[in-house]
Amino acid sequence: MGKDFSSALRPAIVMTVLFAALLGIAYPLAMTGIGQAIFPSQANGSLVRDTRGIVIGSTVVGQAFTTERYFQTRPSAAGKGYDGLSSSGSNLGPASQALVDRVKADVARRQGEGVSGPLPGDLVTASGSGLDPDLSPASALAQAPRIARVRGVSVDRVRNLVVKLSEGSVLGEEHVNVLALNQALDALPRTAAADTPLR
Amino acid sequence: MTLQGWFLILLFVGILLALTKPIGMWMFALYEGRRTPLHVVLGPVERGFYALAGIDPKEEQGWRRYALHMLLFNVALMLFTYAVLRLQAVLPLNPQGLGAVSEHLSFNTAISFTANTNWQSYGGESTMSNLSQMLGLTIHNFLSAATGIALAFALFRGFARRETKTIGNFWADVTRITLYLLLPLCVALALFYIASGVPQTLAGVVDVQTLEGARQSILLGPVASQEAIKMLGTNGGGFFNANSAHPFENPTALTNFVQMLSIFLLGIGLTWTFGRAVGNTRQGWAILAAMLILFLAGVSVTYAAEAAGNPVLHQLGVGGGNMEGKEARFGIAASALFSVVTTAASCGAVNAMHDSFTALGGMIPLFNMQLGEVVVGGVGAGIYGFLLFAILAVFVAGLMVGRTPEYVGKKIESREVKLAVLAIAVLPLVILGLTALSSVLQQGLAGPLNKGPHGFSEILYAFTSAVANNGSAFAGLTANTPYYNGLLGVAMWVGRFFIIVPMLAIAGSLAAKKYTPESAGSFPTTGALWVGLLVGIILILGGLTFLPSLALGPIADHLAMIRGQLF
Repeated sequence: MGKDFSSALRPAIVMTVLFAALLGIAYPLAMTGIGQAIFPSQANGSLVRDTRGIVIGSTVVGQAFTTERYFQTRPSAAGKGYDGLSSSGSNLGPASQALVDRVKADVARRQGEGVSGPLPGDLVTASGSGLDPDLSPASALAQAPRIARVRGVSVDRVRNLVVKLSEGSVLGEEHVNVLALNQALDALPRTAAADTPLR
Repeated sequence: MTLQGWFLILLFVGILLALTKPIGMWMFALYEGRRTPLHVVLGPVERGFYALAGIDPKEEQGWRRYALHMLLFNVALMLFTYAVLRLQAVLPLNPQGLGAVSEHLSFNTAISFTANTNWQSYGGESTMSNLSQMLGLTIHNFLSAATGIALAFALFRGFARRETKTIGNFWADVTRITLYLLLPLCVALALFYIASGVPQTLAGVVDVQTLEGARQSILLGPVASQEAIKMLGTNGGGFFNANSAHPFENPTALTNFVQMLSIFLLGIGLTWTFGRAVGNTRQGWAILAAMLILFLAGVSVTYAAEAAGNPVLHQLGVGGGNMEGKEARFGIAASALFSVVTTAASCGAVNAMHDSFTALGGMIPLFNMQLGEVVVGGVGAGIYGFLLFAILAVFVAGLMVGRTPEYVGKKIESREVKLAVLAIAVLPLVILGLTALSSVLQQGLAGPLNKGPHGFSEILYAFTSAVANNGSAFAGLTANTPYYNGLLGVAMWVGRFFIIVPMLAIAGSLAAKKYTPESAGSFPTTGALWVGLLVGIILILGGLTFLPSLALGPIADHLAMIRGQLF
């Protein structure tokens, strides 16, 4: 067994070094090179810049929206909310007092805004990542009256944006990207003429 | 539940069934050591590796030698990763300037990735530099997967060969699987992920000024290259803390679908490879049928439970299914399906937080692991674990009809049955032992985030995940402590290698036997009766052993939830 052992040492050590070089260095670097060449935008995080060139977010990763004039994002357990360095869900169990307290407060807030009937589930629950970029169309539509009121535009215009920007496939659920939605909101003309419903 | 949800589940199974034979044939070529079209490009790399390491790929090894080389290689890899993590602060590609990983966390993580578990007591974005992710962790994602498939090949040879002492060459198996199977598939997958929005860069943090004028930091890194093998090798260790729930790891419903497919792809293909290796592909299909019955049963329960939602939240005026811990782009069906796939297959990646599932929805992932990760299972590990159960099942059948049991042409005798029981007994012994210990010790009780039965479930889930080499978590548990890192590290090592060594001994013992042709008195191991027997044995063993622990955890949790009792 002693001879067997020493004869197995060399391949064990040499193969560790060789595979480390191939799989730990060459493979990821090659993929980085190819990715940067063919898909530079996606490989660098699908960043969105404003007209001045300042990075205002990523189309892939969610950011916090808390003010009344924007579509608000889901509750987040990533750090203090949408912390890109600390992704996390709440990990609260189904019969957790802390979960109930948190949801109760959010439900009360939404009802205070005039949302009636059962609330869409995703509007008052924390996502798995804490960086969910999307809302369900129902959660976005529930916020349309508030946004229309604050912005002084018609509810139908806001609703139309949600319908237009919603996407989905059989592989997942229908959803709408909140950053795209809010950028579209900011682009809405605020003249009285624009407030005429589109019907 | 919706029609669309069930369509997704059936589409998933249908595509996998269509892929079973092609991928199984490809792996059979590697099992046989045949030349593939990829040899033109990668053949020189293979030969170069052998030459530098002094390996003769044609040298046949007995089971002890095969085990020794496998173990030494895994120990060397583990020590290498331990060193990379401890030296992180002085190594390059560390854009965040992170310090060294602590001793107990490095210990835990090095074992975790070596054992194909990828349990993570840490959050990737705040702990691991880009170099640690690539050099410390990604290599294990390949090599622990390749080791698993190599071990499955060794066991296949035990069944297929006659009156010989050898079961193949470990180095040839591992190198070929890595070069001609894992690496090419990962290159394709990584490119697909990048195109879909998964970052692949050596940069670190990007500062963002949000639309509302707040500041947000977003972390980038070489994510896609790790994501590809994380799924394909059923490793499951995420680049980010939130794993495949993080939009950078899993940006769209399509990437989510591809991730689920790649978790099952190799494990399912190996059932075909096994059938072909023992000369009757129906043997492989019978195994796959038993796996799929258990899988679909699990999916049905979890999907139903999550779609029904949480009655506690319904009381508050929230409608629909349980969305806590789930991403809007995936929704209920794709999250429920992912959770069952990842725990059936010993992957451990998550696209939703299992800790926040309803009690019964979260029980299925737990139970899947307690069945021994044999419902498809980890790459290689799933099929060799399943074959241990098959040995028990023919033994039980043999007792019933009063004949010496046989399986695919080999007599199963007392030595094989004893070794199989030894390997299978590791699971309940370590899981239940360490869970019980942690439920009474102060250091153990400090871990759970949730109170009441759900807190117990968090502890039970952690040790189950570790021993079964899954790596997913009820992530509320604070596991980055010397106590949990230490115990979970030991549990992962035992769960991997204390099953492998008896399994290889069985392979050696079977290879030495002569071929026993099927006769009128043989118990057929291809029909519906056999599939039913397999399912029964797996459920009875797993169910009887773990039911009491499930009653204390998820079942008590469920009863509390429907009564509205909070903790």
